[in-house]
Amino acid sequence: MDLEALITGRWPYLFTVVLLIIGLRGMLLKSNFVKKLIGMNIFQGAIILFYVVHAYKLGATVPVFDKHLGEHADLYMNPIPHGLMLTAIVVSVATTGVALALLIVIHRRYGTLEEGLLLEKLRQDD
Amino acid sequence: MIDAHLPILVLIPLFLGAVLVPAVGMSRRSLAYPTALLSLAATLGLAWRQLVVVMDSGTIRYRVAGWEPPYGIELYVDLLSAFVVLIIAVIAMLVVVYAGSAVKREIPGQEVGFFSVMLIMLIGLNGMVLTGDLFNLYVFFEVSSLSGYALMAVGGRKAPVAAFRYLILGTVGASCYLMGVGYLYVLTGSLNMMDVASLAPQLSENPAFLISAVLMVVGLGLKMALFPMHLWLPDAYTYASSTATAIIAPVMTKVSAYVLIRMLYFVYGMERLETVIPLGSVITWLGLTGVVVGSIMAIAQKDAKRMLAYSSVAQVAYIGVGIGLGTPLALVGALLHVMNHAAMKCCLFLVTGSVFRQTGSTRLDSFNGIGRRMPLTFLGFTVAALAMVGIPPTNGFFSKWYLVLGGLQKDAWAVVIVVVFSGLLTGAYFFRLLARIYTKPTDGQVETTAIGEPPPAMVAPVLLLAAMLLLLGLFNHWVVGNIIEPALPAALTERFSQAGF
Repeated sequence: MDLEALITGRWPYLFTVVLLIIGLRGMLLKSNFVKKLIGMNIFQGAIILFYVVHAYKLGATVPVFDKHLGEHADLYMNPIPHGLMLTAIVVSVATTGVALALLIVIHRRYGTLEEGLLLEKLRQDD
Repeated sequence: MIDAHLPILVLIPLFLGAVLVPAVGMSRRSLAYPTALLSLAATLGLAWRQLVVVMDSGTIRYRVAGWEPPYGIELYVDLLSAFVVLIIAVIAMLVVVYAGSAVKREIPGQEVGFFSVMLIMLIGLNGMVLTGDLFNLYVFFEVSSLSGYALMAVGGRKAPVAAFRYLILGTVGASCYLMGVGYLYVLTGSLNMMDVASLAPQLSENPAFLISAVLMVVGLGLKMALFPMHLWLPDAYTYASSTATAIIAPVMTKVSAYVLIRMLYFVYGMERLETVIPLGSVITWLGLTGVVVGSIMAIAQKDAKRMLAYSSVAQVAYIGVGIGLGTPLALVGALLHVMNHAAMKCCLFLVTGSVFRQTGSTRLDSFNGIGRRMPLTFLGFTVAALAMVGIPPTNGFFSKWYLVLGGLQKDAWAVVIVVVFSGLLTGAYFFRLLARIYTKPTDGQVETTAIGEPPPAMVAPVLLLAAMLLLLGLFNHWVVGNIIEPALPAALTERFSQAGF
């Protein structure tokens, strides 16, 4: 398959994939819990971008009925992915909130958020 | 008249309870428990009524707020969803009866939060089962996950660390699911499951469609703890409070299994996917590996809760085997195991909770000779352990029996061998524990005089569950014939009945 033809015109999707990989890398490879959480946020952000990019149309306007434009659907953005992503953003904020609350408790109990140090202290607990 | 609104009515007592528990509990903490109990009793009644109505008059399709299906959110209740909702309601009811005195002792001062968050989790889980909308399912998915993290974070000293790890993995799972929904939406322009299912046949060759199916399997597999995506489970179950484990372990993974079946067999169409990618075989092999690895890890544990957590990994893997095989009998086995394993694991975790309350530990040492001090509790435990091993006439035998038959339908000998012999591995850790419970002398260090039966509210659910295990085993034929078999996708059963089964 022609790689150039595959990529051209799909730049935004390519960037979403890059963001997904950055997020995954942060979650899996970083040893600090806060960095893991940031990786998770990037991962969620990439998916939100994926939806929004799909809803985008060149030359279209906000999905509010305009008398001058008429009822032509091509002239309006697709509002559904935007609506869905508003919900997804709320979910992502809630997840981050719960995660930060957990991190505060962990830090109070063990005084660290570095995975290596934490594992050592967890072992001492047994 | 009321019957048409049952899908939404099932959720309403839980919503009311989740709000009322903190409102009432603020003035009098002791009122939180009866409020939660009442709201669950209402849900249980409605869930029972819903199953009866669906059995009599067929699928209920409820339009939320009156919007027509492809545009608005639809609640879709067929036999399968009504069945799973009833399982959730029964398990939740028994755990809440038990929780009254258990929570007060184990996590003092947190009763109000515990009951309220638990009810929110049940809203999420019931919503996942009832909804007929892909994005709505994601929202309920996250509602149940977020409250699950909160429940798991309260308990042992290490609980928050385990909960945080689970949060990261769980969010990856939910995001994968959301990505899968995104692909489906791009391809079909619809989020309604039935609508997407009617468009799916034209798409089965499309690579984006296949990727979305794989993303769904990964996302739901993470929440279901299907091997090798189970890594969050042992720690999370071990360090959470016993009551939280007793409600999360039986219900959460089973609901995810249900959603996986719903997606693969009702939305994507497994046999069409199978012609392009070997998704079913991959799930089967993951399941078989999970059965063996989970059982072996369970044998190696020194803590009862951890042992049961690994055994959960193995038991969920059985469900995975059934889903992957995809023959009608294998699916019957998987769905029967959803119900059976929910009841057995709930019983076993409730007993470990009682042991923790009476002895202050769940290490296997603390089970020495305890069968004579808590005879009724351990009567229940013994029945559940036998069910886990799969000894007839307990229900555990029959789900494995159907799985073996399902394997034979497809000539999958590996499944037959693993399912038959994994009973031995399960027996290895349960019989060892039973020997400890009934024959070993009690440890001198433990205050032997103080150990006795826990309060009746903590014994009764265990005994009820044990009785259910036997009854479900004896009457499994009725359950399979009247609920599970009619709930299977019609196309699948027809294809196999033509082939001569």
